[in-house]
Amino acid sequence: MSPAPRLPPAARALRAGDRRVLARLITETENDLPRARAVLRAIYPLTGRARIVGLTGPLGVGKSSLINALLLHLRQRGRRVAVVAVDPSSPFSGGSVLGDRIRFDTASEDPHVYVRSMASRGHTGGLARTTREVVRLLEAAGFDLVLVETVGSGQVDVEVREIATTSVVVLVPHLGDEVQTLKAGLFEIADVFCVNKADLPGADRARRDLSELAALGAPASGWRPPVVATSTSDGTGIPELWEAIEAHERYLDESGRRLAEERRRLTNEVVTLAEERFRTHLARDRSLARRIAPVLARRIDPETAARRWWAEIQRRR
Amino acid sequence: MAPRKKQAPIRVLIAKPGLDGHDRGAKVVARALRDAGMEVIYAGLRQTPEAIVRAAMEEDVDLIGVSILSGAHMALVPRILTLLREERGGRIPVFLGGIIPDEDARRLRKLGVREIFGPGASLEEIVTSARRLAGRAS
Repeated sequence: MSPAPRLPPAARALRAGDRRVLARLITETENDLPRARAVLRAIYPLTGRARIVGLTGPLGVGKSSLINALLLHLRQRGRRVAVVAVDPSSPFSGGSVLGDRIRFDTASEDPHVYVRSMASRGHTGGLARTTREVVRLLEAAGFDLVLVETVGSGQVDVEVREIATTSVVVLVPHLGDEVQTLKAGLFEIADVFCVNKADLPGADRARRDLSELAALGAPASGWRPPVVATSTSDGTGIPELWEAIEAHERYLDESGRRLAEERRRLTNEVVTLAEERFRTHLARDRSLARRIAPVLARRIDPETAARRWWAEIQRRR
Repeated sequence: MAPRKKQAPIRVLIAKPGLDGHDRGAKVVARALRDAGMEVIYAGLRQTPEAIVRAAMEEDVDLIGVSILSGAHMALVPRILTLLREERGGRIPVFLGGIIPDEDARRLRKLGVREIFGPGASLEEIVTSARRLAGRAS
């Protein structure tokens, strides 16, 4: 508890639970402003213990409604919960309509729930570039449980694995045959499968197919993703879904995987951030025009140009 | 810092308090603001003033657009303005859309509503004043 006095004032207000400061810092983080940078640096040692549950899955499978049902369930158990819901930005105008909040009817007056909508702002992979940092702010503000809803525009938003401690892949019956689920993505990221809209015909079949496939997948890690059927219209399966998530979190602790997973995530994060800087640096290099000219003239191919450039950079070091 | 130098998008909450279910206007406005590059948090139908103010604070919006077609604007809008002040969000500008009689419009403006758009307002007009209210007049 001793690092508190050395935190910048905004970080102290954040720790004290000032929601207005939290809201502002999230905006500043999204916009890459210096105060948020300083706060994120200062609070980083205080983070890393929260349970971060990612919900991903194609458009229209009911991710938001599922989060709403989970919120209700968790609040009955007295848990404080934050939600980050990501929606896509228009590639044309840059604008977006963030509409997940509509489904969170439990959130509107409960002081132990915090909901924030984020636009993806051109970032691909189902999250915004700063979603991870926003989750850290929420953790520093005292939310030890954060639910993250991905964009869900394409097939599966694999990037959720880079921030979530437990990733839930949400599907519905008749989304496609089992071959679809064999496609890359799904099984690599799912810690828990959820077949939502289980009141629809075909739900049993979908659940069986997924369970069989989950059993086939070689669980090198020792965790076999359970398949839970849910229906948000009557609350079927919500306690079971939460239990499956908790079971995975327990598994992470008991198996020692939690640290290994955190190491993997942080390695990727640092590499990605370094890569971003490197890319900017390269794009601003004054030699760029000179390097592109022979490629444009079809004298050397792009791969050769890149290899020579890289060799020069290494020699210069 | 990371290579993002574009101006931060305006964040706007579009909410529809009260009991009427006519949200077409609100949706059309939400879309127009999106197409103008804004991030629109669409709060949906039948929101209480408390829920609207709560959403505005959590989402840290630059402005709030409220659509009311039920005739209950004199009950709902002042309540929203009061709650905003209590929540230290009194500086977030509020604009209103709906069928508002002149007399009511005058009173609401006096209470702090910054703009009121009737059925004849063009989307262009709404987008322009949204930018101005958010302090980003072009």
